[in-house]
Amino acid sequence: MSQSIIHKANSRGAADHGWLKSYHTFSFAGYYNPERINFGALRVLNDDFVTGGMGFGEHPHDNMEIISIPLEGDLQHKDSMGNTATIKTGEIQVMSAGTGIYHSEYNPNPEKPVKFLQIWLFPNKRNVSPRYDQQKIDDQTKNEFVQILSPDSNDSGVWIYQDAWFSLSNFEAGTSKNYKIHKEDNGVYIFLLEGSLEIDGKTIETRDGFGIWDIANVEIKALTNSKFLLMEVPMHF
Amino acid sequence: MKKILIIGTNEPIVKTIARLIEKNGQFIAETATNITEALQTCEQHALCLILIGAGINEADEQQFMQFLKTDYPNIPVIRHYGGGSGLLYAEIHQALGTLPQP
Repeated sequence: MSQSIIHKANSRGAADHGWLKSYHTFSFAGYYNPERINFGALRVLNDDFVTGGMGFGEHPHDNMEIISIPLEGDLQHKDSMGNTATIKTGEIQVMSAGTGIYHSEYNPNPEKPVKFLQIWLFPNKRNVSPRYDQQKIDDQTKNEFVQILSPDSNDSGVWIYQDAWFSLSNFEAGTSKNYKIHKEDNGVYIFLLEGSLEIDGKTIETRDGFGIWDIANVEIKALTNSKFLLMEVPMHF
Repeated sequence: MKKILIIGTNEPIVKTIARLIEKNGQFIAETATNITEALQTCEQHALCLILIGAGINEADEQQFMQFLKTDYPNIPVIRHYGGGSGLLYAEIHQALGTLPQP
């Protein structure tokens, strides 16, 4: 019997630091809700807005898989492994923090804000050598689950140390597709970037999140033109 | 003041976390970069919490956990994910049971 949960957009934790506006689906920084700690291995889903020229100064991470997806604008990344890169809209960045890494993230455009998703997953292997990667993603294809992340370096998209698969989809109104999970016991968390979806008989709207588990597959129907990120993650890890 | 022990092999990260923990004046941070130092710190200080970070191998971690279970069963132990982590304070207070309810 499947189980599901809806996280309405307006129920997320909101932080406004002037230069940074962030909506936290799960407990993060000053937002704490004991019922919103994680969805399986998915620990952080932040919907961030950073004004021009501003950003996060150098700070450390360890033992976390960190994924950034710009939705509008660019993000400049520098890290202690010597990587300096600009991640643009239409790209995905992944960092395995492993034994420890320092990095900074800035909006390099003084006049233009950057909007991006920051996603953290608990890894399935601790104390790995830190690594960084970024890739272009296909955000034009319609009505398909376009894979952008997996656990396999030979598969489509970036890879991470976790049995997780992400896809980004643009569904036209009326499109209905069945997503089959890759691994038994994994759950699916859908973050709706824009539009309206019907999933498992329930309707979600822009910026809502929908988690479903104890399933083998899930039917997703677009009620309007919709763009969404689907994250398949282990529920027990 | 309550004392928190931070264990991790990456010294700069451990120091950053110590600085962040001491920043609001609520806690004193003790640090250890290996299990031997951690064991000594447990014996020398009254700790309210232990944070385990990166680099400690599984066998050492298990040995340390066994030591705590026997000698200091009331000290909570949690894993942390780096000083830049927006999770640090929430997880400390969650472990200590000192977080306000929403």
